Amino acid sequence: MPCIDARGLRKAFGATVALDGIDLSVEEGRILGLIGPNGAGKSTALNAILGLTSHRGELKVLGRDPWKERDRLMADVCFIADVAVLPRWMRVSQALDYVAGVHPRFDRAKAEAFLAKTAIKGTSKVRQLSKGMVTQLHLALIMAIDARLLVLDEPTLGLDLLYRKQFYDTLLNDYFDRSRTIVVTTHQVEEIQHILTDLVFIDRGRIVLATSMEDFEQRYFEVMVSPENIAAARALKPIHERQVFGRGLLLFDSVDRGRLTPLGEVRTPSIADLFVAVIGGPSDEAKRAAGQGATA
Amino acid sequence: MTTPSDAVPGSPLDPPPVAPAALSATRPFYWSVRRELWENRSLYVAPLIAAGVVLFAFSLSAIHLPRHRLEALALEPARQAVAIALPYDFAAMAIILTGVIVGAFYCLGALHNERRDRSILFWKSLPVSDLTAVLAKAAIPLAVLPAIVFVVTVVTQLIMLALSTAVLLAGGVDAATTWTRLPVLQMWLVLLYALAVLALWYAPIWGWLLMVSGWARRAPFLWAVLPPLALCVVEKIAFDTGHFGALLSYRLGGFVEAFTVRRHGKVPLDPLPGIDAAAFLAAPGLWLGLAFAAAFLAAAVWLRRYRDPI
Repeated sequence: MPCIDARGLRKAFGATVALDGIDLSVEEGRILGLIGPNGAGKSTALNAILGLTSHRGELKVLGRDPWKERDRLMADVCFIADVAVLPRWMRVSQALDYVAGVHPRFDRAKAEAFLAKTAIKGTSKVRQLSKGMVTQLHLALIMAIDARLLVLDEPTLGLDLLYRKQFYDTLLNDYFDRSRTIVVTTHQVEEIQHILTDLVFIDRGRIVLATSMEDFEQRYFEVMVSPENIAAARALKPIHERQVFGRGLLLFDSVDRGRLTPLGEVRTPSIADLFVAVIGGPSDEAKRAAGQGATA
Repeated sequence: MTTPSDAVPGSPLDPPPVAPAALSATRPFYWSVRRELWENRSLYVAPLIAAGVVLFAFSLSAIHLPRHRLEALALEPARQAVAIALPYDFAAMAIILTGVIVGAFYCLGALHNERRDRSILFWKSLPVSDLTAVLAKAAIPLAVLPAIVFVVTVVTQLIMLALSTAVLLAGGVDAATTWTRLPVLQMWLVLLYALAVLALWYAPIWGWLLMVSGWARRAPFLWAVLPPLALCVVEKIAFDTGHFGALLSYRLGGFVEAFTVRRHGKVPLDPLPGIDAAAFLAAPGLWLGLAFAAAFLAAAVWLRRYRDPI
């Protein structure tokens, strides 16, 4: 049974179509990156998975309909949303008390052990913590829950580099194992490229690319081509081309590696570069979003 | 299909400390109520402040207490108790009124604030249903606040009793007159009854405020108050009648019927026999109100499920 199974998932807000028929299947033990420009439907898709919004089409998460069984589903699913949503009036100790009170799979000792490694005090209120510390607190709560699916919607937005790196390191080293599934959306794609097992590009409510990272690495190549080879390279029909320091940087889809090696240095493109190639063209917003990912 | 956790063996992490079945269904409710008290400390701070103000005023008046007591003892016996009880009744009413006001503002914020600061996304990330969350919020004005008001009032009146006894002793007046003339236990029974009556009678008001709180994108206070007033005005202008207005004032003040004050010409908070609880329970207004309260709460549950954060 897939962890997430969506068939023809649709959602419209008035005349605006946020999800235009999404088919998505995520197996247990995967780390899926859901990448798309602003307004592409990522958050709507995640909200549907979390039972926060109604939807059309079929959707099963861990075998349940999230919209109908949100409260029971949440015993097995955790999420951190794009804004710091921990209530500002709450004390750290109250947050621990409350989650321990309502969550059957919460290990308080583990959360406290994690918090002990940070500068967060139990008597502090959330409003007194920095944004990075609030995320640490949220992460401490989440990691102490023995959940099967973790959904992260822009979890590191607004955090500095150290917090961001620590966030993903902690997640990978102390939390993730093959029995858990993680779905993450972020614009800072280069930070998660090495942890993903699967990749989905979503644009205007549709999935435009879905691949495992193994396939990604075998299918897409980026070649640094010097001017004298550029004509030969272009004959192989790159899906994207840009200029860097007077040399052409060409992105190829499903072209035999052996034919590319003579043209220049071949490497795996970054997700951000592929994103620009696949989505970047038509929409300015997409470019901007991808640019954020590439430069942040 | 729906036994997920057991299907995940070999986790390097420790097993969950508590088996899911060990958590009873009432625990999320209990903790949801506690969290409301954490967030809304005014629920108990405001009645405590009211009690402090009452005690302050009472201690100021204590200078005149011996003289007033002698005057009261000169009255006919039936009126002695009333005169002696007066400050205690005022204390109770002041704290109850504070409780009602605090309850109204609590309800207006209860489902609004969590959407405005988006903390609802955190609450909804936990295995607590919308029904449990809304019922926990409704339990505050219906049960928790009356309990707080009861305890604060009783303690306040105890302090007043101790204070008056000390002052009277010092003033050379027979302090036992307080205890013999004042039916203390009965007073507290009536208080308990009054709080129950008020909670039930105002249930549709609490429900309405909670529903508006869950619906309004901004200014829940205005949305809660102005439409009913507008309805009164429209009715007056269009039909020159005042039925809706009468309905509203009946809802706001109709609970006094529970004390059968006018019918028997008795003073409120007078001896328990003067109270006709059966008549109150038989009043259609009570049950109609409770039906409305249930409908409003059902709408509030629906809204919490469907409305997005603001």
